[in-house]
Amino acid sequence: MNVSMTINGEAVSREVEARTLLVHFIREDLDLTGTKIGCDTSQCGACTIHVNGKIAKACTLLAAQADGADITTIEGLAENGEHHPMQTAFWENHGLQCGYCTPGMIMASAAFVRDNPGASEDEIRHYLEGNICRCTGYHNIVKAVKQVADAAAGGA
Amino acid sequence: MWPQQFDYQRADSVESALAAIGDNGKFLAGGHSLLPAMKLRLSTPDQLVDISRIDALRGISSNGNLSIGGAATHAEIAASAAVGAACPALAQACGMVGDQAVRNFGTLGGNIAHADPASDPPTALVACGATIHIQGADGSRSVGAQDFFVDLFETDLQDGELITSISLPDCSDCQCAYVKLPHPASRYAIVGVAVCLKMNGGTCAQADVAVGGATVKAVKCAGAAAALVGSSLDDAALAAAAAALSDDIGDWLTGDVAYPEAYRSAMAGVFLKRAISAASS
Repeated sequence: MNVSMTINGEAVSREVEARTLLVHFIREDLDLTGTKIGCDTSQCGACTIHVNGKIAKACTLLAAQADGADITTIEGLAENGEHHPMQTAFWENHGLQCGYCTPGMIMASAAFVRDNPGASEDEIRHYLEGNICRCTGYHNIVKAVKQVADAAAGGA
Repeated sequence: MWPQQFDYQRADSVESALAAIGDNGKFLAGGHSLLPAMKLRLSTPDQLVDISRIDALRGISSNGNLSIGGAATHAEIAASAAVGAACPALAQACGMVGDQAVRNFGTLGGNIAHADPASDPPTALVACGATIHIQGADGSRSVGAQDFFVDLFETDLQDGELITSISLPDCSDCQCAYVKLPHPASRYAIVGVAVCLKMNGGTCAQADVAVGGATVKAVKCAGAAAALVGSSLDDAALAAAAAALSDDIGDWLTGDVAYPEAYRSAMAGVFLKRAISAASS
């Protein structure tokens, strides 16, 4: 079957098997390998992307379900060669250890702060419950997200 | 993990979805219960009919009764002012399903069709007297939530039938709540308890109680409810209700090596008290 969608601002169209998962479509058909596969059971959040602005676990959606959707992956978060503030904050706070969960963490956090500027640490931790860091490096991740959340509230 | 091969069709109306579904077909809404089951080959449909874009299945309306489309997502329900006002227990339960990404796509209809015993919404639906509205090739029918959930992953839904909506009675004079003991890793309910109370002054005039997680399906608990009615929800009544609750769920208890039946039964009593406290506050 044919699926067409917009990924990181670019229109794409491919012939795929109906059973193609969105994460495989992104990684294997489009060669956008920033989106990771961790648990493959919608628990760990390594595959988190934005589908029409909402966070989604790409391992638990079919490419067919995203037909016509507007998708953003970690590769599309930077604009005009400038990191997204969440990427910068993860860099500044060392919000990563091995880095495998990082694309999903950043995608989830970016959506959260967009919708919840000024979020508290508790709210950040609650929201990120679907993103698991197997290095257990949560403190710096939360610090990074809080930095962006505070800045977003200050600018509002 | 790739699911087994299947044909995919997208339906634009309930009628076309029902016409398209074949003998070994499944309706696909958010896919957040179905796709994991398909990856594990626990479910091997040869056809998926995608109903997620049928507008008639997506709405939430409150006109006396609360009516929620079968393909409304958990996130939509949890955030809905209408649901929050008419049935806080259901809004709370939907807000506890999985995580935000899961709630953005998982649907109430898909959730109850799957009937995972450790999921949250079924318990709230049973306590709050929901009705499940179902359409099939031979017409439509309605089933009370209490009768809809039959056993472990087993419901009254027949092959080729589609959950079109879930309705809840007007509950503006009730106080309801859903609380749970989440599994520390999966966040599924080890025990989930929902209560719906009608108070008359300081006296409980009507009570409905349901338990999930500890049981193989969401179970309505008439004994616990009877112990609450007529009381002022004082400590003695709460203790009597907790004792009655363990009898109510006795035949349906489930457990594992980490959380055996006796532990879940005891926790059901504890969380009954917390649910009543949450509903009363």
